[in-house]
Amino acid sequence: MATDTRASIEEIQPFEAQQEIEGGGVVLIDTREPHEYQEAHLEAGKLVPPGLLADEIEAAAPDKSARTILYCRSGSRSALAAAQMEALGYSDVASMEGGIIAWQEQGLPVVSAAGMTAEQRDRYSRHTLLPEVGPDGQIKLLNSKVLLLGAGGLGAPTALYLAAAGVGTIGLVDDDVVDASNLQRQVIHNTERIGMPKTESARLFIEALNPDVKVVEHNGRLDSSNILEIIGDYDIVVDGADNFPTRYLLNDASVRLRKPVVSASILGFDGQVSTFVPYEGPCYRCLYPTPPPAELAPSCSANGVLGVMAGTMGTLQANEVIKLVLGIGEPLVGRLLLYEALGTRFTELKVRRDPDCPICGENAPQVPESELGKFPDYEAFCSGTAAA
Amino acid sequence: MPTVKIPPVLRAQTGGEAEVKAEGATVGDALRSLADLHPDTESQLFSPDGELNRYVNVYLNDEDVRVLDGLDTTASEGDTVVILPAMAGGSTAL
Repeated sequence: MATDTRASIEEIQPFEAQQEIEGGGVVLIDTREPHEYQEAHLEAGKLVPPGLLADEIEAAAPDKSARTILYCRSGSRSALAAAQMEALGYSDVASMEGGIIAWQEQGLPVVSAAGMTAEQRDRYSRHTLLPEVGPDGQIKLLNSKVLLLGAGGLGAPTALYLAAAGVGTIGLVDDDVVDASNLQRQVIHNTERIGMPKTESARLFIEALNPDVKVVEHNGRLDSSNILEIIGDYDIVVDGADNFPTRYLLNDASVRLRKPVVSASILGFDGQVSTFVPYEGPCYRCLYPTPPPAELAPSCSANGVLGVMAGTMGTLQANEVIKLVLGIGEPLVGRLLLYEALGTRFTELKVRRDPDCPICGENAPQVPESELGKFPDYEAFCSGTAAA
Repeated sequence: MPTVKIPPVLRAQTGGEAEVKAEGATVGDALRSLADLHPDTESQLFSPDGELNRYVNVYLNDEDVRVLDGLDTTASEGDTVVILPAMAGGSTAL
């Protein structure tokens, strides 16, 4: 039957298919099973498994007169499907000879999960089933490098979900040790690890959750002498610092290195989160040009914080990171999201780039290479004792 | 009669109130009526010369008043004036 079918339908070579696809106006249909599609497929290929062709083809190829190219693994199933489609009234259908095997043998590109092991395909299947993620998105996550500033209240839930999501490298900056008073909200640490450095405790948690994640411990403080070296290795920085000097230092360094920063803060029952992508949206200084005086900047250790607030805001940060890595959705660029836990209310405020911003504004001084890594005295700036 | 939202760091000065019904037809009037009602908020909001402190962001609904008419921005019944100081709460060891 296959031989008869193949005599009656049009078959084209992979290079011809590629030329047509590049030229545009082609509907490309993958006539294999979902597990084959997940392993590797042509970028524009829409999956219509052979058993579902009669039911699903109209959704995938609504125009029966449009040029439609079918492929499968080796060219047999797509030839049968082409004949079936002609019977359904499709007038310009071709089957790609040799299938995706021949396509790949000729060095033509596929979207592949080849970078994933069988275990990874299983572990991340709920991600790869999402069209917005897919195998290629999961591979992006596995190849991504995210730095968490702080392995505390905000860092703990962020680390938890980024590790579960398969972010391949997670760096942690913290110089503190686990304290019993942390455990009300810092969910990656535990009672047994009281007294252990937080970066080590976080690493043990992450490694137990997901062996795919490489954890880099930066057990120390971030300062102007090490910030460029530390953040330079990462794609995205997650800011959960508790003090203004670190937040301004991070902002200035991340703008210089053009690193996106997902920033959140929590206090009491209130939280804020925003995403700062240098030069695409405002930076932290566009939003807060001047730090507040000490009495308007109390800390969680002095004022308290509802533990679950750390989870709410930290997981919102993780969500922002994943969208940035995948390039999907609308990150909180130019928007500040406020959350009030007592009223369960979200409020969104617009944040604009400040043309006069001293760091990312139009007239901000270009920093010469030799000056990179030299920063003003943020402690003095934030405590109002700077000379200027 | 806009509503002024009080940030957590100013609630000690408002007796714990998170929202205050303000008098006045502009954002500046609303903030000054807040300062009249709760005098301890005045020095947090305004500098000695009566200008808004630079470290306090003020929004009318979702828009920064700096891109509107500043303290002269009209505020009516149903509008919300949001006072937003920076917060830094997070990890304590950085």
